[in-house]
Amino acid sequence: MGKGNYFQPEIECASPEVIRAMQDERLRDTVRRVYDSVPYYRNLMDERGVKPSDIGGVADLHRLPFLTKDDLREAYPYGMLARPLEDCVRIQSTSGTTGKRVVAFYTQHDIDLWDECCARAIVAAGGTKKDVVHVCYGYGLFTGGPGLNGGSHKVGSLTLPMSSGNTDRQVQFLCDLEATILCCTPSYAAYLGEAVHEKGLRDKIRLKAGIFGAEAWSEEMRRDIEKSLGIKAYDIYGLTELSGPGVSFECSEQSGMHINEDHFIAEIIDPHTGEVLPDGERGELVFTSITKEAFPLIRYRTRDICVLSRKPCSCGRTHVKMSKPMGRSDDMLIVKGVNVFPSQIETVLIRHGYPANYQIVVNRVKNSDTLDVHVEMTSEMFSDSMGAVAAREKELVDALKSMLGIYANVKLVAPKSITRSEGKAVRIIDNRKLY
Amino acid sequence: MTVNQMSVFIENRPGSLSAFGDLLRENDIDMRALSIADVENYGILRVIVDDVYKTSTVLKNASYVFKITPVLAVPLKDSAGSLADALDVLGGNDINIEYLYAFVGRQKDRAYVIFRVADADMEKAAQALSARGFAPVSQEELKLGDR
Repeated sequence: MGKGNYFQPEIECASPEVIRAMQDERLRDTVRRVYDSVPYYRNLMDERGVKPSDIGGVADLHRLPFLTKDDLREAYPYGMLARPLEDCVRIQSTSGTTGKRVVAFYTQHDIDLWDECCARAIVAAGGTKKDVVHVCYGYGLFTGGPGLNGGSHKVGSLTLPMSSGNTDRQVQFLCDLEATILCCTPSYAAYLGEAVHEKGLRDKIRLKAGIFGAEAWSEEMRRDIEKSLGIKAYDIYGLTELSGPGVSFECSEQSGMHINEDHFIAEIIDPHTGEVLPDGERGELVFTSITKEAFPLIRYRTRDICVLSRKPCSCGRTHVKMSKPMGRSDDMLIVKGVNVFPSQIETVLIRHGYPANYQIVVNRVKNSDTLDVHVEMTSEMFSDSMGAVAAREKELVDALKSMLGIYANVKLVAPKSITRSEGKAVRIIDNRKLY
Repeated sequence: MTVNQMSVFIENRPGSLSAFGDLLRENDIDMRALSIADVENYGILRVIVDDVYKTSTVLKNASYVFKITPVLAVPLKDSAGSLADALDVLGGNDINIEYLYAFVGRQKDRAYVIFRVADADMEKAAQALSARGFAPVSQEELKLGDR
């Protein structure tokens, strides 16, 4: 492994000048297209007094307005479409189930390019057409399953479209079909590792590599998974808004993820001022997609805090590397790979008659996330009957599950017991120490 | 003929019961009977006190969540089989008991059982028990009966 594992070497190892020229041209084209076909963009650009002709290339990128998740919500569902709906063949959606949902559209060409990005990640992890790629990211609206599935097809590997859940079956297929590359969330990989050991099947596992993303994971967790499954574990990064996994991926050096710069231009900005920061400085990651047909995004603020590095990489790839995200510039939590906003939890509580005084506690137990929601009991909700209180608690658990898409353990606590500092409640306690 | 029981939400963590006890002591409130039902994270503390009004004020000021629930307080002879006799009356009348707890009185040979039945069954239960010599007592009687 290492040198020589490329899916598209002429692009992945192109000189910085070639990549920059490609970006300049594609950016000009994208800006022109969105200005002409997306009224929402035209308004944003007009408000800023910038015309497509002002954008000669990457050097002019800073003149364009930012785009945030709020813009995408406002434009939901079709407002950001740059191609007629009849040209689109697929949607994917973020995990948010409230107003935070974002629906992304794809033409067939968009899917092909997305698949290629994922194929680069698989090949970087040592994948070839002789490999068996076991994909147990969720399939469906979530981009994890479809992305790696498509990438594996492009490589020509035998693809096992397992989707998530049913651990017994996952382990059985891992053993019986002798999968060599595992794709899932890092927490599920850790869980599968445990299951394999518990069943005493470690010697039946033929895995050599894993491609894990969709949630933050530490270097320590990487070593645990690598040891448990006897593999090399690679990180992969992406956002539904930009296509899905494969925006960037790790190579054998495991020291940051190469951004597919022929498709995405990355910037690091100061999250407070919006000012562009030089490479090597820590700030919010901003992406511009320059090859998307249906759903191109310009200067999309990811809210992920990262550092970019252009130091030459031993793998031979020339594309810029991003660090693992080191935090968020908003209050979003990623729990079990799912985006959780405190405001979603608040909405459910208020709807069920609880005070909006709550605390979210996230822990990582045996490499898997747990989400606790502490809620202060009220006179209205209280009853002398244990059954009635338990029923209300269950109602709340169910409502949170349907809102968040994941299980949250509700803990009813005494009134006024939630810690307040300087009169303001501490809403989130994240004990995972991920960053 | 019912007695007002106070049901108090108590978090299941070290010190929460002792804080509750301290509060009653500080305010000179006497408990006649006490029972706790609990699940993993919390419990419902059910208590009969000598002064419901005063206790309500004290609990409210201390930010406790509580409910006042009518229950039947039935005096029994403190001897084998007397609880079974009372239960037979309720069972024979098809009355479901949500919960019960017992305490002994200050008077010799006297025990009390607190019954909680559905609000709709309360009247029927009181009548059936009275008819068989298990007449529930009032709050006043419970307080004075033992003196």
